[in-house]
Amino acid sequence: MKCRVCREPAVIDVRRHNANFCRDHFLRLCRDQVAKAIEDFEMIAPGERVLVAVSGGKDSLALWDILLDLGYEADGLVLGLGIGDYSDTSTAHTVAYAEAKGAKLQRIDLREAYDIDVPTAAHATRRVPCSACGLTKRHLFDEVARDGGYDVLVTGHNLDDEAAVLFGNVLRWQTDYLARQLPVLPAGDGFPRKAKPLVRLAERETAAYCVLQGIDYVVEECPMAAGNRHLGYKEALDSVERSSAGTKHAFYFGFLQRAADLFAAGVAEGQGKADLGRCARCGAPSTAEVCTFCRLVERSAGAEPVALRPRGGR
Amino acid sequence: MKVLLRNPRREVEVAGPISIVAMLDRLGFHRDQVLVIRGDTLVPGDAMLDDDEEVEVRPVISGGAR
Repeated sequence: MKCRVCREPAVIDVRRHNANFCRDHFLRLCRDQVAKAIEDFEMIAPGERVLVAVSGGKDSLALWDILLDLGYEADGLVLGLGIGDYSDTSTAHTVAYAEAKGAKLQRIDLREAYDIDVPTAAHATRRVPCSACGLTKRHLFDEVARDGGYDVLVTGHNLDDEAAVLFGNVLRWQTDYLARQLPVLPAGDGFPRKAKPLVRLAERETAAYCVLQGIDYVVEECPMAAGNRHLGYKEALDSVERSSAGTKHAFYFGFLQRAADLFAAGVAEGQGKADLGRCARCGAPSTAEVCTFCRLVERSAGAEPVALRPRGGR
Repeated sequence: MKVLLRNPRREVEVAGPISIVAMLDRLGFHRDQVLVIRGDTLVPGDAMLDDDEEVEVRPVISGGAR
């Protein structure tokens, strides 16, 4: 295999581009794809402050690395979710990366800050773990971005993630979600601008980027996510992609180009939230007197910590 | 040849020399779902692996609800 650019020996094939790349040209491809996404969707303007939601996985660490390499002022935020060794390892990888790069990293440990963890909160509120985890992350990422004066919050959602979410939303015709499934959402109603600069990269590419850059990331899957619906959608799309490379890209970007506006037309401006007030506890945007996160904390804090149980073990 | 697998972490022996595609097929993987890593770099899909080599086959899928 030869690199498409320089004809030197290649280290990776990217079937959806029908091309092979050497290390240096693959890394350049990744940076170019992120830069193109940022430009095409007007995600980050020059000089803006960026908060990167970092998990310690391949996507968020690759994203942080690429943004720093592209010259953005990008700080990291990692949450200690309390999901056993998985969370400890994830945080350790994030801290190690930040120290090696001299990058600014903020840390919030749920147990220290709120006396909760994801398994206990999920149990106390009768939510599935991914739901409790997701709402906690969204709340704290928004809060830190807002209070820290960041212009934009970026997450490591890649092409596979977005195609899988789109697939699920289409299967169930979740029109409200389809209206908001965009690579960038404007700031409004107390929410920061949110962007997904990895939408032009598949997850095999972000993993390869980390390996070739020498970035250690948590390879293990979250023990509470195994078997969830999102992973099932990914597997279904993988099956199609194998017989027709490029299908995921065509599905997602075809949606953005031809269909997203049709769904967005029915949604209000900004983040699409009507009659938003402020949470009486934390001041976050909320449709209720007390926001969902504060209610989760109130029901979970002080509860007997539950043992880590994989999804399906309840 | 020693092959490190992940999730869960384990090690298996595969007789070499063998092509990457044949090795992945024998282990039940599709090449789009994994990376084959040797040392600090990736092994391309058309490479042959000798019997005395050590490689890692790393899955790339990830994600719960985010």
